[in-house]
Amino acid sequence: MELLVRLILLPPILVAAFNGMMGLFSPAYRKQEWLLGGLALAAVAVPFAVTCMLFFGFEGAEVVRYFTWLQAGDLRVDFAYRIDELSLLMTMIVTGVGSLIHLYSIGYMHGDSGYWRFFAYLNLFIFAMLNLVLAESLPVLFLGWEGVGLCSYLLIGFWYTDLKNSAAANKAFIVNRVGDFAFLLAMFIIFKTVVDAQGGVFGLDFATILRPETLALFAGPTGFWVTVLLLIGATGKSAQIPLFVWLPDAMAGPTPVSALIHAATMVTSGLYLLARLSPLVLNSGALWIIATVGAVTAIMAATVAITQNDIKKVLAYSTVSQLGYMFLAAGVGAFFVAIFHVMTHAFFKACLFLGSGSVIHSMHHVEHELEHKGLIPSHHGGHGTPHDSEAEQNTLRHSPLPYDGPFDAQDMRTMGGLRKFMPFTAITFGISTLAIAGFPLLSGFFSKDEILFRVFEFGQSAHIGYMALWVVGLITAVLTAIYMTRAYLLTFEGSPRWPDAMDTHPHESPWTMTVPLVVLAILATVGGFLGLPAVFGENASWIHGWLVGHGDHLGPVADSLDPLWSAVSPYELEHHVSHGVEWALLGLGAAIALVGIGAAVFFFRFGKRGPEADRKARKVFGLFYTPASHVWGWDQFYNATFVKGTVEGARKVFAPFDKNVVDGGVMGLAGLVRGAAGRLRGLQTGVVQTYALAIVVGVVAVVALVLFV
Amino acid sequence: METFLFFVFAVFAVAGSLGMLISRSPVASALWMVQTMLAIACLYLTLNATFIGVVQVLVYAGAIMVLFLFVIMLLNLEQTPRLSAFTWQRAAAFVGGVAVLALLLTAVAEQTDVFPSPTAVAVVEASDEVAVVGPEGEVAVIEEDEAAVVPLDPTSVEQIGVALLTRHAFTLEIVGALLLAATIGAVLLAKKRFT
Amino acid sequence: MDLTWYLSLSAVLFTIGVLGVLLRRNVIVVFLSIELMLNAVNLTLVAFSQAFGDVDGQILVFFVMSVAAAEAAVGLAIVIAMFRNKLTINVDELRLFRG
Repeated sequence: MELLVRLILLPPILVAAFNGMMGLFSPAYRKQEWLLGGLALAAVAVPFAVTCMLFFGFEGAEVVRYFTWLQAGDLRVDFAYRIDELSLLMTMIVTGVGSLIHLYSIGYMHGDSGYWRFFAYLNLFIFAMLNLVLAESLPVLFLGWEGVGLCSYLLIGFWYTDLKNSAAANKAFIVNRVGDFAFLLAMFIIFKTVVDAQGGVFGLDFATILRPETLALFAGPTGFWVTVLLLIGATGKSAQIPLFVWLPDAMAGPTPVSALIHAATMVTSGLYLLARLSPLVLNSGALWIIATVGAVTAIMAATVAITQNDIKKVLAYSTVSQLGYMFLAAGVGAFFVAIFHVMTHAFFKACLFLGSGSVIHSMHHVEHELEHKGLIPSHHGGHGTPHDSEAEQNTLRHSPLPYDGPFDAQDMRTMGGLRKFMPFTAITFGISTLAIAGFPLLSGFFSKDEILFRVFEFGQSAHIGYMALWVVGLITAVLTAIYMTRAYLLTFEGSPRWPDAMDTHPHESPWTMTVPLVVLAILATVGGFLGLPAVFGENASWIHGWLVGHGDHLGPVADSLDPLWSAVSPYELEHHVSHGVEWALLGLGAAIALVGIGAAVFFFRFGKRGPEADRKARKVFGLFYTPASHVWGWDQFYNATFVKGTVEGARKVFAPFDKNVVDGGVMGLAGLVRGAAGRLRGLQTGVVQTYALAIVVGVVAVVALVLFV
Repeated sequence: METFLFFVFAVFAVAGSLGMLISRSPVASALWMVQTMLAIACLYLTLNATFIGVVQVLVYAGAIMVLFLFVIMLLNLEQTPRLSAFTWQRAAAFVGGVAVLALLLTAVAEQTDVFPSPTAVAVVEASDEVAVVGPEGEVAVIEEDEAAVVPLDPTSVEQIGVALLTRHAFTLEIVGALLLAATIGAVLLAKKRFT
Repeated sequence: MDLTWYLSLSAVLFTIGVLGVLLRRNVIVVFLSIELMLNAVNLTLVAFSQAFGDVDGQILVFFVMSVAAAEAAVGLAIVIAMFRNKLTINVDELRLFRG
């Protein structure tokens, strides 16, 4: 087992170091794209294979301990890793989706000057993420947590020559710091509480924290505040209100990064943290906060997603919205459902992102071709012959684009009709769209329906207020169906809207990019069957049995309403929801998805109406549409308060302080030394006899001292 | 007799050093210095330090002073003017010198009692023999705890040689290296290279 | 013969050496004064050696003489080099280190 865990953890970090070092020092190696990418892919595929082995031969949770990381007083943190149902499932998702995205990246990043850098970062990310999900203690988890944050920063700012990208990377990093700070505080409180109560050496390990007598310590307000702080940490990493603002900007990174880090894996680590500590969270009394944050984020982000024109922005807000769903599930104590949605979301959202990447890839070719033909101004601002610039003037006068501004390969308003040119991408994107929209029997249908069902059930049993959140969830489901269908229709249906569409054709992407798409689309189709609703039988939901427990066996994830966890959960199932109602709810979910899809198809006339439909929507729903398209003013709010506050504070308080006090002190000291030196230099006459006289005087003084004192 | 000789040579030594201090010409200074060196060599003889006395004449009065005279002649220095006018520096130097003298004499006068009376016995170790120097200069050679008194050889060159090549052999080697380095350094410095 | 007399003589010679170093401008005479100071100390050492009946004092004198010889050689070489550059060997005209 020790060796196997090594085989999971070490390949990514070793290959990351190898590719990074070799790339750094050997420009020749940078050109070996297949070798570089192949190594990187292998470094993720090997852990995936090992994880599969562990997964299918799973016999019980196990902790593998390697060495002591740090020891100070009562604190002793070991490098220990936990292999259990939850961590194995997460590792499967990380390495599985990770492998596909690595394969995809080999094609997508082809020709990029930072190819080696990209794969080194990507592997480093995989290592950090594996650290995060496999960690046995909070500090090791935090190590991975910070590691993925760092990799996220590095990859968002991957094309760092563009200031916009660097700014986005900084934003992501700084916003995440807020959450990390709260996470740290939570760890401190946990440590202090446990050590005060139990004494002895404590390493914040899950085995100790999740022991019943330790959990009892967190039943009161301590647990509440710990959970709130953990939630703030989770909102940072998982992009929830109030810390979600970094994720849409994070789309500045390469698209495979958006798929891997900002959709499938890293952003779910907040959920993973809550699920890992679910017995603690469940009893903290802070569940309603989690649920509210999730529900509000879900509907807010969904409304924003409808108004976006950048295909990646749509997917980014969609991710925020889906993460909100997961928090909603966690907020009703259905952590396994949250993880279930993490899994299905990883499949279809990774597929959507990779599909959008494929589209962007081909639209870049269109852009280059158009530039070549002189139909749009050159992207690089280069002015050729006078003839060229005249042509540019012409094109600018009668802008060939359906909007103002330069050509943007990510803007859906320039797309349309791509299905004819990119069938694989279109079909896989379409399947994933249906999956996320909740089309019956696809993966998103089951996971989303299970979330809504659990919210409904919890509302019946625990507090009626949750019914409001259930309604919010339903509305969000409709919005989800609408915005995803809109994105699909604008991109792939209708007729092409880029200039010179008759002669300029995009092309399907190479196989390294389409294969992952197909695999992910298949997973997005069938993934839902791992968590069939209870109406199909008592043990129909495999994931429920795997994570929560079955029979007498307790899984790693607590559940609010499951009798298995009644020792931990303060809630119990008071009103059993009958099968009839359950079927009705399933039907409602299906109906809602179909209504949403149908509404979007009707509104856009199956793609025949393009951006003009959006303009119409803006007119009709202006009251909502306009603020939604400005993300409800979150960024303005933060800019006006924190950013401006910090900058103004620095300008008004710290700049004068620096100038007067700090500089004054330093300059004053320097002046003092200079003045003293100016006087003292007179002592150095340069005449050797003066020095000799000084020595004599000194000798006389010393000898007199010895003799007479 | 011994006391008489001491005072005679002491007067010569002080006179020579004062002459060196006062005379205006460097050549005269050097010659006065030779007189002091010779007087000190004679004082060594009154102290039974024959070897050191001879070396003093050979090395100091002979080699070093000749080197000085040689350099003075080489540079062909004209006579320096009289000590220039009074300066605070010179006054302070004079006061400092007097203070040094006063302190040294005070020290000598006050600390006489702590000086060893010539009855003390020093132990000289030579190979597997142990030599004990007695108050009258006789040496007791002790072989394996057995003591035997032998008279001190007035030249004592043998003792110096034994001590130099046994206990101080390492120091002797280092001095040899130092002299070699000084020779090379002097040659390099004095070579006509800076013009 | 009493040790005190030798020490007193040595003190006088040493003081004259100090005065020579402090007062004379000619660098060669300064050197000579230093040699005088060394000799004064040598005299003390030999006197003590006699008083203690210990030959080590004389050994030390021997080493002092060696060092003095080396010092004189190097010092005079420096004087020559200096004279070539500055055409003077008066210490108060050599003030390269003036602050």
